[in-house]
Amino acid sequence: MNRVVIVGATSRIAECCARRWASKGARLCLIARGDERLDRIRADLAVRAGGNDGIATIRFDALEFQRYAELVRTAYDFLGGIDIVLIAHGDLLPQADCEQDLELLRTSLEVNGTSAVMLAEAFAMRMAPTGRGVISIIGSVAGDRGRRSNYVYGAAKALVDRYLEGMRHRLAPHGMQIVLIKPGPTATPMTATYGQPGVRLADPEHVAELIVHGIERGRTTIYAPGMWRWIMLVIRHIPERIFMKLSI
Amino acid sequence: MLRENIRSWGLPGPFQHQTIDLALQATDWRESTTSVLAFGNGRSYGDSCLNDRHCLLLARGLDRYRTFDAETGILECDAGVMLSDIVRDFVPRGWFPPVTPGTRFVTLGGAIANDVHGKNHHVAGSIGSHIESLVLERSDGSAVRCSPHEHDGLFRATIGGLGLTGLITAAAIRLRRVETGWMRVHQQRFETLDEFFSINAWAESRYEYAVSWIDCITGSGNARRGVYLAADHATAEEIGARDKVPAAGRTKTVPLTPPFSLVGPLSVRAMNELYFRQASVKREFLQPLLPYFYPLDGVLQWNRIYGPLGFYQYQCVLVRDAAVALAEMMDVIVRSRQGSFLAVLKQFGTRPAAGILSFARPGLTLSLDFPNRGKTTHDLFKALDAIVLSAGGALYPAKDARMSAAMFEAGYPSAGEFCRWKDPRFSSSFWRRVTGTE
Repeated sequence: MNRVVIVGATSRIAECCARRWASKGARLCLIARGDERLDRIRADLAVRAGGNDGIATIRFDALEFQRYAELVRTAYDFLGGIDIVLIAHGDLLPQADCEQDLELLRTSLEVNGTSAVMLAEAFAMRMAPTGRGVISIIGSVAGDRGRRSNYVYGAAKALVDRYLEGMRHRLAPHGMQIVLIKPGPTATPMTATYGQPGVRLADPEHVAELIVHGIERGRTTIYAPGMWRWIMLVIRHIPERIFMKLSI
Repeated sequence: MLRENIRSWGLPGPFQHQTIDLALQATDWRESTTSVLAFGNGRSYGDSCLNDRHCLLLARGLDRYRTFDAETGILECDAGVMLSDIVRDFVPRGWFPPVTPGTRFVTLGGAIANDVHGKNHHVAGSIGSHIESLVLERSDGSAVRCSPHEHDGLFRATIGGLGLTGLITAAAIRLRRVETGWMRVHQQRFETLDEFFSINAWAESRYEYAVSWIDCITGSGNARRGVYLAADHATAEEIGARDKVPAAGRTKTVPLTPPFSLVGPLSVRAMNELYFRQASVKREFLQPLLPYFYPLDGVLQWNRIYGPLGFYQYQCVLVRDAAVALAEMMDVIVRSRQGSFLAVLKQFGTRPAAGILSFARPGLTLSLDFPNRGKTTHDLFKALDAIVLSAGGALYPAKDARMSAAMFEAGYPSAGEFCRWKDPRFSSSFWRRVTGTE
C-alpha cells in the first residue's frame, strides 16, 4: 500500500491525505492543474517523506480526456505499480450560473462527473489484470439527492456514485477495492467562496484521516465525517411531496 | 467575513472581527479597510492576539513545510505550522523544537511574535534566538526576508513584536537533536523559598530543563512549599527496551463551558494539596515527552472550566531583589485567598533575548491564573503590579489582558525604538489598550 497516485493533488482534502501517506513512507505521484501550489505541496510532502525522490508531479487539465492513457502510463512507470488511486479533482461552479450557461453546465458535469469516472476506468484497465489495488473517488453528499441549490454538481457526483457501484460489482470479485468517498461540506478553498453562514464546515485534516483509515480498513463507501451517513439516509427517504416544501 | 466566535485563550468575548483566511481566500489582505493582525491558534491568554472591531488575518492554514536540512536541523516552513506538528513529525526522526512553551498548540508565527520561552530558558534563551530567518509581508507591498544578518533591525523588532511589524508568512527554525521521545525527570519537593533557590542553583547547572510549581494557598514568609522538576532528554541507553517514541496518550476534551467557574477556593485548595502530596520527597524517573512538556494539552479546551467569564493569567518577571519581591507577592496572593491552580516559578537565564520587545530577561518569573471575579481580581493585580514595578520587572503581553499603559512603559522601555519598525496598518486590541494609539 505504498505507491499512491493522486489526481487533483492540490485539492485540500487530497493534500491532507497525501501528508498521511507521505509520513507513512509512501511514494507519490501527484497529478494536478499546473499552478505554483503544486510545487509548494510537493516541497511539503518531501519534508514529511524525508526526501524528494519518491515524489513525482504531473501537470494536466481534467478535460484533456485524450491524455488519460498517457497519464496512467507515466504514473505506473514512475511508481513501478500502483496500490492506491485517489481521484480528488472537482470544481464547485455556481449553480445559478450553470442554469443560464449551457457551456458552463457542461464543464461542471464533465469536470466533476465524466472526467472522474473516465480516469477511474483508465486506471482500472492497467490495475485490474494485477488483481489488486484501490481506486477511490471523492464524491459528495450532494450526490445523494437532487436539491435546487446545487443539483448540477450533485448530479455529476451521482454519476460517480452509480459508476463506481458498477465498477465495484465488476472488479471486487477480482480483488480490487473500489471506494466512493462522500465528504460533507468541508473547509477548503473550493467551498470558501460559497460560505453559507450557519453551516459548520468539517476540518479537511479530519476528513483525510477518515479517508486514509477507511481505505486501510477495506471500506467501499466512506462518509466523512461519519454522521453524514445518517443525515443523508434521512434526507434520501423524505417523501417527494414533503421534500418539495423544504428549502435545504 | 464577519465573525463573533473568535476568542483568546482567557477571554471569552464576544468580539467582532472581520476575518481574511489567508489559506482559503484569494483576497489580498492589503485590501482590508481597517487595521489587520495575524491570528494563529489563539493561545495568547489576553488581547494581544485580538483586533476587536478590526480585521484578523487567519494564518493557521499556512501550514506547509518548505525545506528540512537533516544535517543542521534547520526547518523552514510556513508560519501557521504548529509546534505540535513539528513535535509529531520530527521527534520520530530525532529532532525537537529548541524552545517550547507549555502548550504545543501554538503556531510558529505566534511563537516568534511572542518570543516564547520554555523550561530551558536558563540554557537556551527564548525561541527568537533559534530563528535563522523569517519572511515578513508588509503593508507597503514588500515581502522582506529578515535574519540577524539581513534587515536585522526589522528582525529584532519582529521577534517578540506581537505581530505588529507585518505578517510573518514563513520562518526557518533550528531544531535540536534528541535521541528518544522520553525525559529523565528529577523531582524534588521544597518547603521554603531558600530551599527552592538552593535546589535551583544545583539543578540549573546540571539539567537542561528546570521549572517548579509553587503552592499559593498556604505558607507565609519564607515558608513556601512546592515541587521542583528538572529534566533532560533521555538517551537511547537510558530508556533501555522501551519504545523510542512512546505512543501519544488519548486526549480528553472539556465538552462545554459550565455556567460558573469550576475553579473556586475549595477546588484550588484541594488541587494544591493533592499536587504536593502526590509528589515524592525526591526521585528520578522516566516520563514520555508529551506529558512532561505539555501536561495541560492532554485536556483540550481546558480554559472552559473557568466558566463564561473566563480567566486571567498573571505572568511577571522580577529583576531586582527578586527573592524579596517573590516572597512579598506570595504573601499578597495567599492573603487575597484567590490563589491559583497552577503557580509556576522559574529562573530566567542571562542569554540576551533576540527581540526588542521580548519579555524574558534575567530574573525570576512567576505565572499564575485567576478566575475572573471582577473588581476583587483587579485589585489583587494592582497590588501585584506595585511589587513588580519596584522590582524593576515586567508583565508578559502574551498573557495579559489588563496591564496599564504605565506598566507597559516601565516594563518595555524600548517600545519607542520598536515603534520605528511597527507597520502602520497593523494593530491589536492589546496595542491600542497599552499605547492609546493605532
